[in-house]
Amino acid sequence: MPPNQFNGFTDLGIGIGLRVPHYNYILAKKPAIDWFEIISENYMAGAGRPLEILDQILDQYTVVQHGVSLYLGSVDPINPEQLRRLKRLAERTKTPFLSDHLCWGSVDGTYTHDLLPLPYTFEAARHTAARIRAVRDFLEIPICVENISSYAEFQVSEMTEWEFLSEVVELADCGILLDVNNIYVSSQNHGFDPYEYLSKIPHERVGQIHIAGHTRHEDYILDTHDHPVPEPVWKLYAQAVSSIGPTNTLLEWDAEIPSFPRVHNEALKAGRYLHNSEGSTCESATA
Amino acid sequence: MTSDAHTLYQLQRRMADAIMRPLTAGQRIHRRSADGRPMQDLAAELIKPSKRLTSLERLEIYNRQYWFRVVDSLYEDFPGMRAILGQKRFDALITAYLLRYPSRSFTLNDLGGNLERFLNEEPHWASPLELMAADMARFEWAQVVAFDGEERPPITAEHLPKSDATGLTLQLQPYLSVLELGFPLDDFVIGLKRLAAEHTEAGITARHRRRRRPRIRLPEPQPTFLVVHRFRNSVYYKRLEPEAFRLLAALSGGQTVGEALTAAFGPLPEREGPRDKRAACVADWFATWAQLNWFCGCGIK
Repeated sequence: MPPNQFNGFTDLGIGIGLRVPHYNYILAKKPAIDWFEIISENYMAGAGRPLEILDQILDQYTVVQHGVSLYLGSVDPINPEQLRRLKRLAERTKTPFLSDHLCWGSVDGTYTHDLLPLPYTFEAARHTAARIRAVRDFLEIPICVENISSYAEFQVSEMTEWEFLSEVVELADCGILLDVNNIYVSSQNHGFDPYEYLSKIPHERVGQIHIAGHTRHEDYILDTHDHPVPEPVWKLYAQAVSSIGPTNTLLEWDAEIPSFPRVHNEALKAGRYLHNSEGSTCESATA
Repeated sequence: MTSDAHTLYQLQRRMADAIMRPLTAGQRIHRRSADGRPMQDLAAELIKPSKRLTSLERLEIYNRQYWFRVVDSLYEDFPGMRAILGQKRFDALITAYLLRYPSRSFTLNDLGGNLERFLNEEPHWASPLELMAADMARFEWAQVVAFDGEERPPITAEHLPKSDATGLTLQLQPYLSVLELGFPLDDFVIGLKRLAAEHTEAGITARHRRRRRPRIRLPEPQPTFLVVHRFRNSVYYKRLEPEAFRLLAALSGGQTVGEALTAAFGPLPEREGPRDKRAACVADWFATWAQLNWFCGCGIK
């Protein structure tokens, strides 16, 4: 969606995930990038080289925080120290909004460090929405939750994934970080129609889109972020921005990371679809 | 936990137990759970099968992902330990370690924080190199701490009281570790890094690719006193003389400068010559340490 309350009313364009192998290139060449997304946890220790680099990036670029460890669907109590550190980092980056995943990952204080799928039940939706609200109240920043790739569906599920996502974000009154690669991966693993997923979520809540590559195994697809964006994901992305409107878009490339210009070129391909969607939005506005 | 989340908790507990159970030697999911139940039954109770995968196969994806992720993280933080024990024994050690000390932190950075403790509790995982392995765990963990551990504003001469310094206490930066090792592991790790760099460069030609990666010799016992610290955001190891080590170790333990000097040198010499020499030496050390921003607080006891 164009700027909205869930992304801090931002129209950021096309961004790239900030990754260690690109630090030197970015600091030396200062490439023209609309924005960077950082993994919050990489900068939450509060000192050392990661923060030194981040400060230099912040001098030049807009940075948005994306997390991997809030585990919004875990039943464990929220870790107050983690939230305090996250808030300190957000004050430093001035991130206009903040995202994490619609998943769980810890139980009884033990962490799996994985983004595990939730059962799609009303109980889980209520619980997760309450946690999202609590986190947002503490951080005082808009929050978007990201749909994850998954490889398992629970027997106890009472609804589809898109119904669950919609239920959670409506209850929590938060935004969606729509990962179109994750929709595609899960659709292949579970046998649903990704376009139906796309059409059934509340478009007005989408604050950001992720695009990425994946790895196809014989019997399933793994979300690896180690390839260019494949054609089916671009097609889904085209449909997403056509339905939702021009939306902050971020390319993730986390393994087998190529040179910065290679990653940048891949990200810029998103421009084709974003600009088309801007055109169609203008045409419909004039009609 | 709210009563609303009770069923959700039970599902998460069962799922976590299943995916955190170690893999088989062939890196597959075990056919039975820890309490002897067929894993297939447990998986089927929790997870729907897909058109192409059974419930157990779907559970196995998460089981493997968990272990690959945590093991990779420890590979990165403990390359010296891997070199000492070799791949197979290192894998066995960290599997046993993670069963006893699974992650209790939201960040993977903290994962190796109990490895030295575990090696002291269960030294047989590294036998007969248990002493060297425990030292290496401490040394490599100190590097993790030095990389991005908390930094407090350093103190300068103006912060120090003008009166006699013998009752003064000095706090060391949280990112700094003062270590007494039984082996020169700093040299060993530097040698490993050099070898890895040479191997990477050599790897670009086919001629070198055919060579076996050379192994570095394990170090002989030798008392080694080190500070692992950070300066201008790079991690360094600095060797210390035994007296300097005892002095810093006493200060980091909260002793006063007077007590730390006694711990370092014994009672004050009666003759002026040795006393002056010792004072000059200590002044040099403190000047260097202050330049490196190692002190971050002071008080009077």
